[in-house]
Amino acid sequence: MLTKRIIACLDMDDGRVVKGVQFVNLRDAGDPAECAAAHARDGADEIVLLDITATSDNRRTMLDVVSRTARCLFIPFTVGGGIRELYDAEAVFEAGADKIAINSAAVKDSTLIGKIAARFGSQAVVVAIDAKRVNGGLGGFEVFVAGGRIPTGRDAILWAREAAACGAGEIMLTSMDRDGTKAGFDCELTQLVADAVSIPVIASGGAGSAHDFIEVFQSGRADAALAASIFHFGLENIGQLKLELRAANVPVRWPC
Amino acid sequence: MIGSSMRAPTIAIVDYGAGNLNSVKKAFDYLGANVVLTTQPETVAAAEKIVLPGVGHFSALGALDNTGLRDAVLQGASAGKPFLGICLGMQWLFEGSDEAPEFAGAGIFAGRCRPFPASVKSPHVGWNSLAVREGSRLLRNVAPESFVYYTHSFQAPVVAATTAATEYGTQFSAVVEQENIFGVQFHPEKSWTVGLLMLKNFCEV
Repeated sequence: MLTKRIIACLDMDDGRVVKGVQFVNLRDAGDPAECAAAHARDGADEIVLLDITATSDNRRTMLDVVSRTARCLFIPFTVGGGIRELYDAEAVFEAGADKIAINSAAVKDSTLIGKIAARFGSQAVVVAIDAKRVNGGLGGFEVFVAGGRIPTGRDAILWAREAAACGAGEIMLTSMDRDGTKAGFDCELTQLVADAVSIPVIASGGAGSAHDFIEVFQSGRADAALAASIFHFGLENIGQLKLELRAANVPVRWPC
Repeated sequence: MIGSSMRAPTIAIVDYGAGNLNSVKKAFDYLGANVVLTTQPETVAAAEKIVLPGVGHFSALGALDNTGLRDAVLQGASAGKPFLGICLGMQWLFEGSDEAPEFAGAGIFAGRCRPFPASVKSPHVGWNSLAVREGSRLLRNVAPESFVYYTHSFQAPVVAATTAATEYGTQFSAVVEQENIFGVQFHPEKSWTVGLLMLKNFCEV
């Protein structure tokens, strides 16, 4: 049976893993290669490395970290942050990524999705969407870019559908309202997007307990769920989380 | 000096321009195998074992036909060299795929690759379990219901050579093997210790 994936996300700033609350207040959580290996041993199904403050200055640092992290990592490895054109994606794949995540650049020019997919396959292209409730959700969900700093006026569900039509292989959907709060995933947002596209949807933002994962898989219909801080600071062991998911009849890869 | 550097690579990973093959090479490197990524038919011909990876669209396999790689791979396979097809490389072992009907597969196994039934989401992405048939050489010491990582939109039918199947809307071939020919639909290089064990088994065939 196809299992629900638990994805450990490493938010990286200047070569170190950090984690903020609602995109600010960064705290140091270690070396990306060491964190990735530890999560893989604990039972993570995938690793995502996001360069959250990507600028051209630290591009070389990032590629070096990608290559060091990829060397001994034999589970799917996604890298995002600062990928603006095909050339950037090529460099990240060359360094050892299996998939790339694009966000702002895809919103700016949706043909980038198809260009990368044509060269590396759709399975290698994850479109990341940062969405925020408008009027508490009554006005829908708006897409933000540039690390959640710039509103676009675009509807998240429509954008997810367009990204899928352009050749995206997966959608990584972050609720900005829930990110870093440990208040649970936004199941309503996740379900709306999961029902709108046929490609897998990775729910992100708000993971605080095993119960949150159960909810987002069952009522949110997520194919995968991503978390960062709860794993880094040892608040939840991935193995223990998987046992709780299994007890709730959520299919997971266990034992790993 | 020249003689030692001229030694033929043990395992040739066929690079026909489709997708990112670094992960496959990295996994063999990790296992200590003597492995080379190559676009050259001569290097494939000189190798002791052949790996045909591939992700993306079945039509990408058309590049094999135009470059002389198809003949090099088929000659090696019919000469008894151990061959491993991964993902698209496994689908190529069948007669063809509905994804690109104009391209012929190797036809070593009967049947065509087809899309998943409409009852399930496509593509099939993630970790799914194997139902392993006894006697598989590639799956030696692999636990019978191990999980492996998939990402694909088309699937190959279960045939006599199928040594492991997976269920997703339908039963499809996860692993096929017949004498020196092996194929896996999933990505062993991304399937953690279980996948590395299969690649190690292939190195030791």
